[in-house]
Amino acid sequence: MKGRKKFVGLAIYFILLLVPIYWMLNMSLRSNADILASFALYPKDITLMNYMNIFTDSSWYMGYVNSMIYVALNTAISLFVALPAAYAFSRYQFVGDKQLFFWLLTNRMAPAAVFALPFFQLYSTVGLLDTHIAVALAHCLFNVPLAVWILEGFMSGIPREIDETAFIDGYSFPRFFITIFIPLIRAGVGVTAFFCFMFSWVELLLARTLTVTEAKPISAIMTRTISATGLDYGLLAAAGILTIVPGAMVIWFVRNHMAKGFALGRV
Amino acid sequence: MEKWPNNRAWLLVLPVFVIVAFSAIIPLMTVINYSVQDIFGPNQAIFVGFEWFREMLADKRLHDALWRQFLFSGLVLVIEMPLGILIALAMPKKGWGVSLCLVTIALPLLIPWNTIGTIWIIFTRPDIGLFGAGMNSLLGIPFDHTARPLDAWITVMLMEVWHWTPLVALLAYAGLRAIPEAYYQAARIDGASAWSTFLYIQLPKMRGVLTIAFLLRFMDSFLIYAEPFVLTGGGPGNSTTFLSLYLVKIALLQFDLGPGGAFSLIYFVIVLLFSFIFYQALERIGKGDKV
Amino acid sequence: MKFTLAWMEWTVPTAIFCSTIIAIVIAMTIWQTVSPSLERRGFLPIPTTPGDRLFIGILTSVYIFFAWIGLTQFSPWILLGIVVCWVLVVMIWG
Repeated sequence: MKGRKKFVGLAIYFILLLVPIYWMLNMSLRSNADILASFALYPKDITLMNYMNIFTDSSWYMGYVNSMIYVALNTAISLFVALPAAYAFSRYQFVGDKQLFFWLLTNRMAPAAVFALPFFQLYSTVGLLDTHIAVALAHCLFNVPLAVWILEGFMSGIPREIDETAFIDGYSFPRFFITIFIPLIRAGVGVTAFFCFMFSWVELLLARTLTVTEAKPISAIMTRTISATGLDYGLLAAAGILTIVPGAMVIWFVRNHMAKGFALGRV
Repeated sequence: MEKWPNNRAWLLVLPVFVIVAFSAIIPLMTVINYSVQDIFGPNQAIFVGFEWFREMLADKRLHDALWRQFLFSGLVLVIEMPLGILIALAMPKKGWGVSLCLVTIALPLLIPWNTIGTIWIIFTRPDIGLFGAGMNSLLGIPFDHTARPLDAWITVMLMEVWHWTPLVALLAYAGLRAIPEAYYQAARIDGASAWSTFLYIQLPKMRGVLTIAFLLRFMDSFLIYAEPFVLTGGGPGNSTTFLSLYLVKIALLQFDLGPGGAFSLIYFVIVLLFSFIFYQALERIGKGDKV
Repeated sequence: MKFTLAWMEWTVPTAIFCSTIIAIVIAMTIWQTVSPSLERRGFLPIPTTPGDRLFIGILTSVYIFFAWIGLTQFSPWILLGIVVCWVLVVMIWG
């Protein structure tokens, strides 16, 4: 009885979750004239015209590729620097550890609007403007602190006797860290990677500021489509659907790892 | 568990420090520089002292935006935290349902923020949106988020809850899964009710993840920009002009870097203070519970 | 491209301000490395180390600054005196 109530509640939540997305999908399959002429719960004559309009514009593919490149770079960099740091925070006491930890978190707190201009100029000065690495580095600002925070939680769940035993057995630190410790928190690394991917993928302001043409992200290209065509709802919806697809695909591929990670999770 | 005192641990933290400091400290100092000058163009600036701070602190519309922001973030936390925990509790613990639930729940989180706004425009338009048209014609409740401030608020809140409750749910679920089965067995033997199991076992054990969820939700909702910008543009009137939207109006549309810089610093310090208080408070509560 | 920092729009007062803060942080780090202090309770509601007290002192000073600028027309130099005293008070008795 109790299980059924839970199930019904969850089902209702999932329906509410999916309805707005379904509605956009519905719109994207109708022409603008049709949308404005009649209200329909499902598309009666399905048209792919909106999608065709978008795909005849060649800059679209590159938007996907660009987004994917900087997101992957960002996730890799974030994990690479955050793993040792999280280990340090979870195992050692050192000068300024708590202050440093909180300072890292503060970097999520700056309103991006005004900081965007110095970012632009900083990255032009070092000659990285309009490159994927610039966006990846800028996104480290909020992803590295988060990665450290989540990984630290996972690492604190591993008993320290394991470290001690390994060191007594004569393991060097890098060897112990890579061959013993990281495999132990594999699931945690997966969860962290998911969050880094997510926040880098959805961020728009910095990504748009730091790119001109070469590394323009998909979400920025979508904004341009909207402003260029005014209020063509069908096109707008199609563009929106297309920005969802890659995220949905990634999450589909990692679903089992995620389930495992969350199952072992000690965030 | 005492941690090992060792200052060489700094070497492990150094890469993080360098990479974050590069993107954090230089722009921060630049914004501090902006905030005390009137900047006309490259190399054309007059030092004005604290004039911009004075102007911004006395700005009536900034005060309004600030209260609006507090109301918004407060509502977000009050609604999303319990709802997220509830969803996490209802999610299946094993079997094929786990992957399905995780994938579905994570979906809104992976949508670019401006697309979120687009989804909700299309969904709530009074003429073509399922929600807007449904309210108007099926239920007979007049609803128009472009004309009525209350409706705009409801729409933005719905969007926010729809968008971010999954984050709380995912983190809470991770915390729940980490509780060893032995705790539940002990609770069953004691004949504990579901409510007391939740209160004395699950909630304390989720403290770490809930701290992360709470702080993330506070910071991100306080800094919310792209979604309401696309959905309402801050209107009707100024009714959904949150702090970021007002900041962008000043800084980018009027291109006033001085007041924009002062505003940003005030904004930043407000988020900093509240995050610090919450962080300290949540850490202390946890220490009490752990014993 | 010429490597330049002109875009940072430095002024003498902000340069002094930023270097002072950085100098204080470096000095604190050196002090705590040479002779680490333990957490203790003062008049603040939480047990703190000198590093925490420095942070709290500076953060509250910013709010004192806002109140001063927002509510009064007095000279900022008086404010500087008050803020320095306040940070010292927090550092010593906090």
